[in-house]
Amino acid sequence: MPRSSCNTKRLARLCGAALAALLATGCDGRPNNPDGRVVVRYWDKWSGSEAKAMQEVVDDFNAGQDRIRVEYSSVSQINRKLMLAIGGGNPPDVAGLFGNTLAVYAENNALTPLDKLAAENGVSRDDYIGVFWDICNHRGRLWGLPSAPASLALVWNKKLFREAGLDPDRPPQSIAELEEYNDKLASRDENGRLVGAGLLPSEPGWWPAIWGWWFGGDLWDGERITADSPENIAAMEWIASYPERFGARDLLSFRDGFGNFASPQNAFFTGRVAMVLQGPWIQNFIRDFAPPDFEWGAAPFPSSGPDDEGVTLVETDVLVIPAGAKHPREAFDFIRYVNTQGPMEKLCIAQCKFSPLKEHSPDFLQRHPNPQIGTFLELAKSSHARFVPPLTFWVMYENDMKQAFGKVWTGAASPREALAEVQSRLQAEFERRRARWDRVAAALQEGWNKQP
Amino acid sequence: MTRREKENLRTGLLFISPWIAGFLLLSVYPLVATLYYSLSDYSVLSPAVFVGLENYRNLATDPIFWKSVYNTFFFAAFALPLGLLVSLTLAVLLNFDLPGRGIFRTVFFLPSLMPMVCLAVLWQWMLNGDLGLINNVLRPPLDAVNALFGTNLTPPNWLQEPVYAKWGIIFTALWGVGQAVVIYLAGLQDVPRHLYESAEIDGANFWKKTWHITLPMISPVIYFNLIMGLIGSFQVFAVPYVMTEGGDGPERSLLFMATYLYQNAFDYWSMGYACAIGLVLFLVILGLTLLATGLSARHVHYEGN
Repeated sequence: MPRSSCNTKRLARLCGAALAALLATGCDGRPNNPDGRVVVRYWDKWSGSEAKAMQEVVDDFNAGQDRIRVEYSSVSQINRKLMLAIGGGNPPDVAGLFGNTLAVYAENNALTPLDKLAAENGVSRDDYIGVFWDICNHRGRLWGLPSAPASLALVWNKKLFREAGLDPDRPPQSIAELEEYNDKLASRDENGRLVGAGLLPSEPGWWPAIWGWWFGGDLWDGERITADSPENIAAMEWIASYPERFGARDLLSFRDGFGNFASPQNAFFTGRVAMVLQGPWIQNFIRDFAPPDFEWGAAPFPSSGPDDEGVTLVETDVLVIPAGAKHPREAFDFIRYVNTQGPMEKLCIAQCKFSPLKEHSPDFLQRHPNPQIGTFLELAKSSHARFVPPLTFWVMYENDMKQAFGKVWTGAASPREALAEVQSRLQAEFERRRARWDRVAAALQEGWNKQP
Repeated sequence: MTRREKENLRTGLLFISPWIAGFLLLSVYPLVATLYYSLSDYSVLSPAVFVGLENYRNLATDPIFWKSVYNTFFFAAFALPLGLLVSLTLAVLLNFDLPGRGIFRTVFFLPSLMPMVCLAVLWQWMLNGDLGLINNVLRPPLDAVNALFGTNLTPPNWLQEPVYAKWGIIFTALWGVGQAVVIYLAGLQDVPRHLYESAEIDGANFWKKTWHITLPMISPVIYFNLIMGLIGSFQVFAVPYVMTEGGDGPERSLLFMATYLYQNAFDYWSMGYACAIGLVLFLVILGLTLLATGLSARHVHYEGN
């Protein structure tokens, strides 16, 4: 039947055309660049005012030369999206990651090593506060450069100190003294319900894994996981003292009444807790959400003994070039630009962080919106500044420690039991991951040697 | 086959080719690939390395995986029968010829239109231990009991205490039964009136009519809702994931198989391991569906047969 065969052909042609249109538009949404510049696509996790700060730095870069145009996009859940974009062979040229994810990206061959590009451009460890350069190195190579760094300090509410009869300008100097302060700052209503507290390790509870640092412990020694070391157990025993003193259910119920961190109901801003472990960005949240007369100070977090004074966690956002990026050299030009004093300070001031560069401009501390920024900066420079272990399963480690913390916090397990469980599971995982690394290391190193 | 038939076949195939292509590319290929990746060390970015049954061996000895299996079965064991019971009861009630039943039908259907994430956030507040609506309702009677007997009962912090957390999620799931109610209602309206009339002449009461007419007549609909509910409750993910802010809940009491799969795939970079969990989940659902089909074969009546 000629008629039906003609229809069949027409249908086939139609389907073909539709498929072609789909393929043509689906894969690469790269805009054309009429001005002949190389387009560098840049993804970062920031949103809101932090994204705006970076956009301004990008605009300065684009205006300052006519060879490269950086196109910045705010990308939520960047780890997952970047993983899929790299796997799919269409990654951005620059991406902003958390420094503690470099190990897993690097060992999965997802990044471009930057050693040669850095050497060609004269970038070295000497330019930075050392610890930030170290965060960016893994397995003997450089994987990114810092963008916005931070350190953690004890931040306290001076008004509550005064009301409890404490010296508002003298934060606790040791864990023992912290507990004396806690006893003075805790308060209950007429029904006996907890309504105020000093420091609660669960609030906001962002770093459940690292309390052992202030007790002289660590999370690994390079060869073994040390979650159940005596120091970490001592830290967990300190955690366990809270439900013992205040009642496990009372603590949970008290915490359930806290609002979101980024809201005026934040427990620290409403005065329900008097002390928190926080980074320099807290100033931005105080400005936006705390009462106008909020008075606060920042100091090194107290430790159990004099050897661990000034211990802090340092972390930094990093700029990386994903493996398979189309324009690695132009991408590095942009990363390099961000890592010069002017742009870096502009970014860090807007995001309320300090600069990771060794030298800052003379008036940097005065221009900075955070009156305590010097404290955070000194903590980062101290020899006790530490970063989380560069393990490919750090997320799992942190999650397991969070579970252990939760069990101890509710009294469901003893510190020793909770940490023994973490230890056995993570040591097995550590060995599995090491076996994987041993299997692929030679091939990866060879591939990395050939990078630009 | 005549020329005409061949031509017809070709046209037919061409017309359903989008479906065939979709089925092969989006269903068969992922399933086969999952099987392959579950036998390999794979992280999406580096090429998969075949490791045989290692992932399955690790699964067998992974206490957290078994915890997630237990949680999933616990949730399904309560959410599924409760869901069937509540939705069927609501459907029978909403089928009574009463004024304003259109309004009630809408009211009970509305929650199922709510996106999962909103539902989770809403119930996070409902179940909040300090300010939640549910505890505000529970507190006065508990206080009365305390006053009478000198006890010290307090309502639980639903999502913070492992014993109560799963019940919080089960309540939340029950709130979204509207979809099943609508399907039951359609089934109920298909039951021929004359059967009820004959039964009434024979003196049957409401319960007898329900047991001997309604339930057998809508048994295919019950079966359908059972299977859909089974699949849905074993895949529970979004609500607990949002409620626990991406975590596993207190003492991992809200870590379900789908959550653990997701964590391994996207947080721990162990896609091969995640694929193995996915296949186990698939086999569990397949096995239970076959079991349900076998057990219910004698009780499901199709009018066409």
